[in-house]
Amino acid sequence: MSAFDPAALLVPAGILGGVGLVFGSLIAVAHRYLQVWEDPRIEAVADLLPGTNCGACGFAGCRAFAEGLVGGAAEPVGCTVSGPDEVEDVATFLGVAAGEAVQRVARLLCAGGSHVALQRAEYRGLDTCSAAASVAGGGKGCTWGCLGLADCDVACDFDAIHMNAVDLPVVDPELCTACGDCVEACPKDLFTLMPVDQHLIVQCKSLLEGDAAEAICQVACTACGRCAQDAPEGVIAMRDGLAVIDYSHNHETSPDATLRCPTNAIVWVEGAQTLTSLTGAAPGTPVHA
Amino acid sequence: MNTAFLRSFLHGVHPPESKHLTAAKAIRRLPFPDELVLPLSQHAGQPARAIVKPGDRVERGDKIADADGWVSSPVHASAAGTVVDIELQPHSSGSYKTAIRIAVEPHSAQIPRPRVIPDWHGLSGDELIEAVRQGGVVGLGGAAFPTHVKLKPPEGRAIERLVLNGCECEPYLTTDHRTMVEYPERVHLGLRIMMRCLGAKRALIGVENNKPDAIEALRRTKPDDLEVEILGLTVKYPQGAEKMLIKALIDREVPEGGLPLDVGVVVQNVASVATIAEVFETGLPLIERIVTVTGPGIRRPENLIVPVGTRIRHLIDACGGLTDDAAEVVLGGPMMGTALGDLDAPVMKGTTGVVVLTEADVRGRVTHPCIRCGRCLEACPVFLNPQLLGSLAGKGRLDAMGDNHLGLCMVCGCCSYVCPSNIPLSQMFGAAKTDLRRKAQRETLRGDAAGANA
Repeated sequence: MSAFDPAALLVPAGILGGVGLVFGSLIAVAHRYLQVWEDPRIEAVADLLPGTNCGACGFAGCRAFAEGLVGGAAEPVGCTVSGPDEVEDVATFLGVAAGEAVQRVARLLCAGGSHVALQRAEYRGLDTCSAAASVAGGGKGCTWGCLGLADCDVACDFDAIHMNAVDLPVVDPELCTACGDCVEACPKDLFTLMPVDQHLIVQCKSLLEGDAAEAICQVACTACGRCAQDAPEGVIAMRDGLAVIDYSHNHETSPDATLRCPTNAIVWVEGAQTLTSLTGAAPGTPVHA
Repeated sequence: MNTAFLRSFLHGVHPPESKHLTAAKAIRRLPFPDELVLPLSQHAGQPARAIVKPGDRVERGDKIADADGWVSSPVHASAAGTVVDIELQPHSSGSYKTAIRIAVEPHSAQIPRPRVIPDWHGLSGDELIEAVRQGGVVGLGGAAFPTHVKLKPPEGRAIERLVLNGCECEPYLTTDHRTMVEYPERVHLGLRIMMRCLGAKRALIGVENNKPDAIEALRRTKPDDLEVEILGLTVKYPQGAEKMLIKALIDREVPEGGLPLDVGVVVQNVASVATIAEVFETGLPLIERIVTVTGPGIRRPENLIVPVGTRIRHLIDACGGLTDDAAEVVLGGPMMGTALGDLDAPVMKGTTGVVVLTEADVRGRVTHPCIRCGRCLEACPVFLNPQLLGSLAGKGRLDAMGDNHLGLCMVCGCCSYVCPSNIPLSQMFGAAKTDLRRKAQRETLRGDAAGANA
């Protein structure tokens, strides 16, 4: 074994140092001439956003929304997850107006819970609505109605949907960000995103009319037409066995239209939907025979 | 060793056949019901358009709804009576669909108008196809694909061989079996007509070996001038799926996403072929079909000739009703059939059978975690990996399922049948296929909206 020679270290150290120097200067040159400039505000704005990537703003995630904000293609209020304070922060940072938007929430167009809707057959199988819908429509008498297996509850990222005692999903308007995940999850297309200032809602999608509709659900719209008579001209029309509300006349609507509804299919909603309005009678027995 | 005995496809399963309940029972005609419900959507493709109105009087065989486009089929009155209404009625899919409701005339002799469909002798191929179209003939095997569309392949595509499906691989069902035993001449005549339409020179009939009487009847009645070979096949499910049958009979593989047409073959079910012959023989359109009403939950299992539009409830009553432990009514066979939610749904052109199962047959089984035994891989007739697809389905990864060829899955149920952990694989795949379709539709809509805004 030879004695330690410190000079022998100098050669490899010199080589490594030289190589490091060459690549370091290459990177320095590349950084100088090949860099892509990005508005530093995008990064900063993205940090101010909630980062849930829910897509409710209409952009592909928070980062894309931040790009839209900086580029002027979006308004801070477009983020439905942020509260008023966060929206204000973004607006102040960018020096733009926060913009104005009416809050939207998901509304369920069915009130046929297990207490009022006829269950014609028992469903056994995978515990999801999408699977049940393909087996004889889930066995519910009403083929348009809620199956109550909570696909929407599972899909909701904001814990805004909970199943109630009669197997209907109730949306908490405070937590709902109108991201639309429940709209996509429901195999019966029962959710719709509505501005909170639209209070008059027909909570039914059954295309059957009259006794046929009521025979399978006590809270079905029977298309009797009373609400249309009681509302101002042009607000409510009867179409395909349902009352259809024209929301371009939203300012003319009032709770009056709901007063004579024999089945409570049309309701005036403020805040969360009440989905347990009728109780007591056995499912399938018409209430107003 | 007899090689014909080994003829089959790879993979698949062999569930208990359970055909003994009705296999030897001669076909009986069901008396006309008081009311008929004829959905406008009984076939694959566009629903028909009603051409009658409430109050109209119709004779047996009259056209009451016209085809809407080429891939569609007309609907005819299956009994004389009066149109009550055109309204939403329960449909076997579990939803409500627009149907024509007819009050059948009591005590009517039910004599149809003379010859709605012309005699077939001397008609050209195109005239025959038009007559089949006007007769409302669709596939009777379940999918109810309009037959005239199959008879007219795209220009420049030669059909070498016609393959008739007499497998009836689903347990319980004996509709095709009894058709072959009792009406073998009709099968041969229908075959002759189809071969003329398609210009096919050769034909093969595949029948599973558990129906020796059907094979014998077809061989005995075969006309000397008809180029047809009747072949016995090893009993295996799902041999009646057209791609499996082509593999079993002529050892060709239909490419992914392709049609039997791509290997020069057209496949048709024997009952549909017999119907073509019947239409030309009687001059009446497709207004009745043979339905097997069977299963341990029915008191008197039977093979019945049923007017299309008869409510299932009427059929069950005609067979002595349900037993006390009856639990589930299935339309079609127990492997691929659909559970029925409403007995008021009517028999349609594609209804092959009504199978009533008892509580013991349908009791729920506890699902256990996958143990990766690989039995599903050995059962899958289209060589998918159900174990992988199942774990992706559990995670909700629809796109990854699509990438793993979920599109090839025909939801035959073999994987669920063999799974020792009772994982409902095929239901997961069926639901995932529907979800993928819905997703694609949404994306198209979104694309259209974006296009409109731009």
